[in-house]
Amino acid sequence: MTCLHLLLTLVFAVSLGTPVEIQRPRGVPLTKKQFYEESKPFTCLDGSRTIPFDRVNDDYCDCKDGSDEPGTAACPNGSFHCTNAGYRPMFIPSSRINDGICDCCDTTDEYNSGAKCENTCKELGRKEREVLQKMAEITKEGFLLKQQLIEEAKKGQQEKQSKVTDMQENKKQLDEKVEALRTVKETAEQPEKEAKERHLKAWEEQKAAIRLEKDKAKMAETFLELDDNADGFVSVSELQSHAELDPDADGTLTEIEAQGLMGGAEQVDTSTFESVWPKIKDKYHSEVSREEADISCLEPAPVETPPDEVKEPVVDNDSEPYPEDDISEEEDEDDEDEDDYHEDDDKVSAQPTIKTPEKTHEDEEAMPPYDADTQALIDAAQKARDDFEEAEKALREMDDQIRNIEKELSFDFGPDAEFTYLYSQCYELTTSEYIYRLCPFNRVSQKPKYGGSETNLGTWGSWSGPENNKYLLMKYEQGTGCWQGPNRSTTVKLTCGKETVVTSTSEPSRCEYLMEFTTPAVCQEPANIDPSPHDHVEL
Amino acid sequence: MAASCDSLLPLVLLLCLSAQAVDRSNFKTCDQSAFCKRQRELKPGQSPYRALLDTLELSNSRLSLQLINDNNKVRLLLELYRLQGNMTRVKINELKPLKPRYEVPDVLLSDPITEALSVVAQDENSLVVSLGGKDQRLILSAQPFRLDIVEGSQVVMSLNSRGLLAFEHLRTRKDTKSESEQAPGQENVEQQTDEDGQIKEDDDKPGMWEETFKSHTDSKPNGPTSISLDFSLPGVEHVYGIPEHADTLKLKNTDGSDPYRLYNLDVFQYELHNPMALYGAVPVLISHSTDRTMGIFWLNAAETWVDISSNTAGKTMFGKILDFVQVSSEAPQTDVRWMSESGIIDVFIMLGPKPADVFTQYASLTGTQSFPPLSALAYHQCRWNYNDQEDVKTVDQGFDEHDIPYDFIWLDIEHADGKRYFTWDPSKFPQPKEMLQGLMDKRRKLVAIVDPHIKVDSGYKIHNEIRSKNFYVKNKDGGDYEGWCWPGNAGYPDFTNPEMRTWWASQFAYDQYEGSMENQYIWNDMNEPSVFNGPEVTMHKDALHGVWEHRDVHNLYGLYVQKATADGLIQRSEGVQRPFVLTRAFFAGSQRYGAVWTGDNAAEWGHLKISIPMCLSLGLVGISFCGADVGGFFKHPSAELLVRWYQAGAYQPFFRAHAHIDTPRREPWLFGPENTALIREAIRQRYALLPYWYQLFYNAHRTGQPVMRPLWVEYPDDFATFSIEDEYLIGKDLLVHPVTDEGATGVTAYLPGKGEVWYDVHTFQKHDGDQSLYIPVTMSSIPVFQRGGSIICRKDRVRRSSSCMENDPYTLYVALGSQGSAEGELYIDDFHTFSFEEAKQFVHRRLSFSANTLSSRNLAPDSQFSTASWIEKIVIFGGSQPSSATLKSADGTESALEFEFDSTLAVLTLRKPGVNAAADWTIVLR
Repeated sequence: MTCLHLLLTLVFAVSLGTPVEIQRPRGVPLTKKQFYEESKPFTCLDGSRTIPFDRVNDDYCDCKDGSDEPGTAACPNGSFHCTNAGYRPMFIPSSRINDGICDCCDTTDEYNSGAKCENTCKELGRKEREVLQKMAEITKEGFLLKQQLIEEAKKGQQEKQSKVTDMQENKKQLDEKVEALRTVKETAEQPEKEAKERHLKAWEEQKAAIRLEKDKAKMAETFLELDDNADGFVSVSELQSHAELDPDADGTLTEIEAQGLMGGAEQVDTSTFESVWPKIKDKYHSEVSREEADISCLEPAPVETPPDEVKEPVVDNDSEPYPEDDISEEEDEDDEDEDDYHEDDDKVSAQPTIKTPEKTHEDEEAMPPYDADTQALIDAAQKARDDFEEAEKALREMDDQIRNIEKELSFDFGPDAEFTYLYSQCYELTTSEYIYRLCPFNRVSQKPKYGGSETNLGTWGSWSGPENNKYLLMKYEQGTGCWQGPNRSTTVKLTCGKETVVTSTSEPSRCEYLMEFTTPAVCQEPANIDPSPHDHVEL
Repeated sequence: MAASCDSLLPLVLLLCLSAQAVDRSNFKTCDQSAFCKRQRELKPGQSPYRALLDTLELSNSRLSLQLINDNNKVRLLLELYRLQGNMTRVKINELKPLKPRYEVPDVLLSDPITEALSVVAQDENSLVVSLGGKDQRLILSAQPFRLDIVEGSQVVMSLNSRGLLAFEHLRTRKDTKSESEQAPGQENVEQQTDEDGQIKEDDDKPGMWEETFKSHTDSKPNGPTSISLDFSLPGVEHVYGIPEHADTLKLKNTDGSDPYRLYNLDVFQYELHNPMALYGAVPVLISHSTDRTMGIFWLNAAETWVDISSNTAGKTMFGKILDFVQVSSEAPQTDVRWMSESGIIDVFIMLGPKPADVFTQYASLTGTQSFPPLSALAYHQCRWNYNDQEDVKTVDQGFDEHDIPYDFIWLDIEHADGKRYFTWDPSKFPQPKEMLQGLMDKRRKLVAIVDPHIKVDSGYKIHNEIRSKNFYVKNKDGGDYEGWCWPGNAGYPDFTNPEMRTWWASQFAYDQYEGSMENQYIWNDMNEPSVFNGPEVTMHKDALHGVWEHRDVHNLYGLYVQKATADGLIQRSEGVQRPFVLTRAFFAGSQRYGAVWTGDNAAEWGHLKISIPMCLSLGLVGISFCGADVGGFFKHPSAELLVRWYQAGAYQPFFRAHAHIDTPRREPWLFGPENTALIREAIRQRYALLPYWYQLFYNAHRTGQPVMRPLWVEYPDDFATFSIEDEYLIGKDLLVHPVTDEGATGVTAYLPGKGEVWYDVHTFQKHDGDQSLYIPVTMSSIPVFQRGGSIICRKDRVRRSSSCMENDPYTLYVALGSQGSAEGELYIDDFHTFSFEEAKQFVHRRLSFSANTLSSRNLAPDSQFSTASWIEKIVIFGGSQPSSATLKSADGTESALEFEFDSTLAVLTLRKPGVNAAADWTIVLR
């Protein structure tokens, strides 16, 4: 069975280094010593019962709260205190007493297990102090840097704020200007439209007269052709020689049918022919051109190809002003936002100013140029249009600028705007396989080192640290989807550092990335550094 | 882990992209498996087989005679053996096969011990053979041939009573083309005897000489070779076993569906309630009625289908010698029909009559459950994959930070260098020994995966050696068989070759397997074998293992892989340490080599529910060390499902959480503090009960009794228990009813046993047996009851691993039965070596309480072992308040024990007896 030492002489080192002997049961912290008095029965710390003192640390659990067995593993919910002189004291669960594993650096947890433990408290203490000191230095410098960042951010924010205010003022004026120019444009466009219509109408009429003239000439020509015997009359038989005129399309033009075409007459003269002409002109084949026509039918119809359209260049990618603005494979709607950053005038100028090729009919001549008055009206209207469009474009640009600044201002850059400086920056980390890229408040991406397309590991979502400081974690969400899995996402863990650097990346779970990032912006104001904190070990 | 799908493999990706559940079209139905279709077309009727009684040969323990098929005149040889322990073996082979047919080696422990047979009666058409005691006889009828096993006037089992004995004899391929061209009129002639008495073959049916499934063609150089036999079980309505299927415990009638299929397959995202084959196959069927429990062990490793029908009609006629046999036409009956693609008929009929007898009988044939090291019964933390050494360390620390015990952390395929097993990824696991040492310092262990597919890579030592030793399975043309698996192109070592297995085992030696240490154990996955681009995701049946086709040995492959691996672990420790090897594929006998799990399940309530009948079915056929991936392998469990699964898994033999690589992380502390606490509690319950689990595994190892048992095994006369599969017993003393429904606020548990009592282990409340009881549940635990009349030993000081608890004291939970008595056992040894077996170093004690006296007495006086453990506390349920409690030690000293009595619950707690757990002692209550 177990042999136990009820009481232990513990050496407690106070910070002055003077050893003081304090007797108390094994596993009891100094703060609770007063509850364990050898001369009195022991009352469980939860008050549930009182037991003789010899049942404290007798390796049997009597108290529900485990307080009677601070130095044995008997109680499932007990805890053991190790002093760890030279390092930090701590509590361990009772189940770790004599389990063969050294938990306390002062070896006090393994007093009966045969485990060979070495006292490592001094070494741990030294190391911890070193680390703490280093941390303190970093924190101190980082905190100074943070102050600068806050300063700059405030300045920048004010500047932007006032810029927005100015711009909004300017925008108002621009708005008015646009409206004024719209009126000018519309006023100029009305007479232009009327003059153009007039011109067009005159031209249409002119074209109709020409067409009539041509028809008449053709009729006369046909009459002469049909009048085979040149007697000044076209007879039924003469007409019958043109089988194509057959109204019932049975292949023969009978006498009756021909007579029908001629309005019942046996023959017609030139003036009566005027009433016959409309009935036959569409079908009539000129005797002269008949053979030629047959041949030309075999030739392919000339294809209309407006040559301009073919040469028309497509959108010119090379003119993209921000080539580094990457677009990965399966793009997302969020791209709009990104583009907004760089005021892209190419969107605005996308309206092609090239004239559409005039549809000209071969037969008909081109429309005559406008007369001077009309042209003057057009020129005036065009100028009004140009002025209007220019003003409108300027307005749009200004809107974009305002929106961008407002967007930037709307981000939560921390309680003191200390994260502002990260905006529109990117930080990279190269690992053995990939280049990781963090663009704070924008996106995280991963690109194979040796070629291959970039993968979106998430776009800015929110701050997602613990309740007491949400600014310790950033969450980037809705990245490229995973096969049978979620969309990629990244958590960025921020720690205090002098430099702004991505220090590591990992993928703890498929498609869920973790990035460690140091920045002065999270450095806390250094407290008075206590080289031996009494806190329970941070887990 | 592992499925036939991986983003690395475009080929497989294509097959699986759209699949959310199993793609059934990847796997054959009976209709698509030519032999099954042929066999199933054969309907019950008069058997064409006739026993030639004049060929009878009878030696002391063997009876043989010839059977002739009157349709084609082919002769078979029937052999009958009476085996020790109330078993009968029936073997049927061709009398003169063109070449030998495969007989499954290495599954039986040894040649079964036979007992004398004697013919007690004979007439012109029948033969009566005595099967020894209890009036058991075997009646052989000559025409039509059938066998009936009778006890007294009861027929307990009939063979070929439905005339479905079918034996496709080996034949030479006839040149069908030229023949049919020359004499098309001859085609339909069924049989013709030529002058030598030789038989013309049956008509060629489709699929006899070649079979194509999807894009895979099975060249069948040996032609049709299938076999079939029917068994009738009068009076039987309940049959169980023939795992592995994701189906109910009680086997279903297959009349309107496919038969149950036994063909080890890597099934991606398997479906529930389906007779489809899964990863393992144990061709053992158990029948049970209030009269008798029996077993049929169909020893055949080829693709096998089992039809089950329970028609009460259609009784067959009996020969005149059977006239005295009473058969009520009203009686229920279950008919079972086995069909296998090749090999011989070799059946072991286990006649029970009690469930425990059948388990003993089967264990005497194929061996018992290996006795695992204690830590293997503790909690296992697995994931595909723990990414690197740092990750392993962080997870290990996470368990300590959250005060959750665990014994094993597992590494899946990503740990190896390019899926080259026996190696470590140099960038993720550069210092495996450092990692293993770190775990050892915490008294914890690691499992690394070693799959049987070997990357074809001339820079890989394992591959080069296997190739140079000519150890790979061959394709039909004699070259090394190659298929796609995790590493890409891979070869498959021929594990049926004993030399290959010896070599494989040698690779686990510490000087061969670089970076390995004694706290590293092994996991064999994908050993069906899985071949991503093979037919049904497995190996081509015409691949060659020496002279045998893969067709013949398929279901054995996985067993051999695990055997060779377990042998390797034993050898690396020079025979000292017990191995622990997990396998996904298995066969009859696999229980001897380690644990199995139910493969790639999913994070769904249905999968949690089915894990119970799946493991119960395995336990019935010898494989006790069974578990399902806690949380579900595919998909992401809700916190509720995960907690419920931990609570259920803590009460199943193999307790491992596992997750697919594409699922979010799910270590126990990632679901909020409340759920962390619930999971911690579930795992702690497991650790506290480890002494009981360990004792049950010792018992299973010694006797073959399952650890996890259906209720009917312990209550064989209680018809109400026969179909229960939502609760079960651990041993005979703990009844567990997991909660497997979302949002459940209560379960209805059936407590069996007229006149028995059960105690709720959480509330100590007492309930009467033989009733259904509604039990309200919260998220905090699942209902567990201890049987009145039992004593269970626990270690209530739960520590961070089982090794840390080895010397801890025991608390005895004495649950008094209605007669005021109780019994239990305590087993202790060193928890990890073979010394218990080789040097009889163990403590095995009987604890009994009766007449107000509790005592501990030695069950194994010739054993010796000293333990530091002692008896810390004794909790007695159902007792009354004594006036004194006196401990009498072995040396005669007496001392008074303090006690407390809770009168509302009638729980008596004896304080600190303090006696050594190995000592004799008595406590008297007055």
